[in-house]
Amino acid sequence: MANSHHSNDAASHEPAAHGSFKSYMVGFVLSIILTAIPFGLVMFPTISKVATLWVVLVFAVVQVIVHLVYFLHLDRSAAQRNNVIAFAFAGLVIVLLVGLSTWIMFSIHTAMMAK
Amino acid sequence: MSNLVFDGAKGHDHGHDHEHDHGHHDAGEMKIYGFWIYLMTDCILFASIFAIYAVLVNNVAGGPAGHDIFELPYVLGETACLLLSSITYGFAMLAMHKGNKSGVLGWLFVTFLFGLGFIGMEINEFHLLISEGYGPNRSGFLSAFFTLVGTHGLHVTSGLIWMAIMMYQVSKHGLTGTNQTRLSMLSLFWHFLDVVWICVFTVVYLMGTI
Repeated sequence: MANSHHSNDAASHEPAAHGSFKSYMVGFVLSIILTAIPFGLVMFPTISKVATLWVVLVFAVVQVIVHLVYFLHLDRSAAQRNNVIAFAFAGLVIVLLVGLSTWIMFSIHTAMMAK
Repeated sequence: MSNLVFDGAKGHDHGHDHEHDHGHHDAGEMKIYGFWIYLMTDCILFASIFAIYAVLVNNVAGGPAGHDIFELPYVLGETACLLLSSITYGFAMLAMHKGNKSGVLGWLFVTFLFGLGFIGMEINEFHLLISEGYGPNRSGFLSAFFTLVGTHGLHVTSGLIWMAIMMYQVSKHGLTGTNQTRLSMLSLFWHFLDVVWICVFTVVYLMGTI
């Protein structure tokens, strides 16, 4: 596993990750699928609204991961470790920021009995 | 392992002195890492605006809600522009790693056109909404909508200006180490904006229409 990974890198000129034609195309095709299905479900409703909402959210998360891996080249290699740590920390801040803000604001909304 | 890394570095040869190239490469890596840290702070900026949007999305003040004004086929067109520009920028990076200067310039130009198409469509969308009286001053929802989508649009515009400058730099000075570092940073910026757009079309357009 680790071996094949390194030989791939060596084949594409340098150890730092920057993808190959194949990896870009895989990312591109996956992105098209992950974009088309949510748009299709919303434009031509076939399943319940709650189910559609979950599909749209899950597909967005998967597509963000696809972009991070295939276009931004985040992986578990040593060269990418610091980038991944920085990203994980930013992710934590974002979850706290968005999660807690909306929690507080919607709690206030409910507590004020506005509609 | 160290053998393989050494082999890789040897393969990375653009006709410069090997030691010099390697030293420059490390400085470039550090700059790219610094740029990545900036992108993470930009993520937090966007997260704040998404939180604002989530809080304000129902405050339509008697005006239109998302499903009244969003045209999903149009948004799909914008998304296609950005997604295509991501893959063409990828091809520019592949050309750069092969030392193919004209390939880099060609793919950067195609990427630039797709990005320009996206911005043109967005400006047209904003213009239509404002001319119908649905500008950012109409309701809390529309203020948040214009702030969120507009901030992303401003980032894409900055990326286009940067890309135009890079096309000039590469055509004048070639694929120097400095230019390669800059192109790598622009690559991160451009793909990052595509990631933000995934969140925008999901949270704003799709969830607003369901």
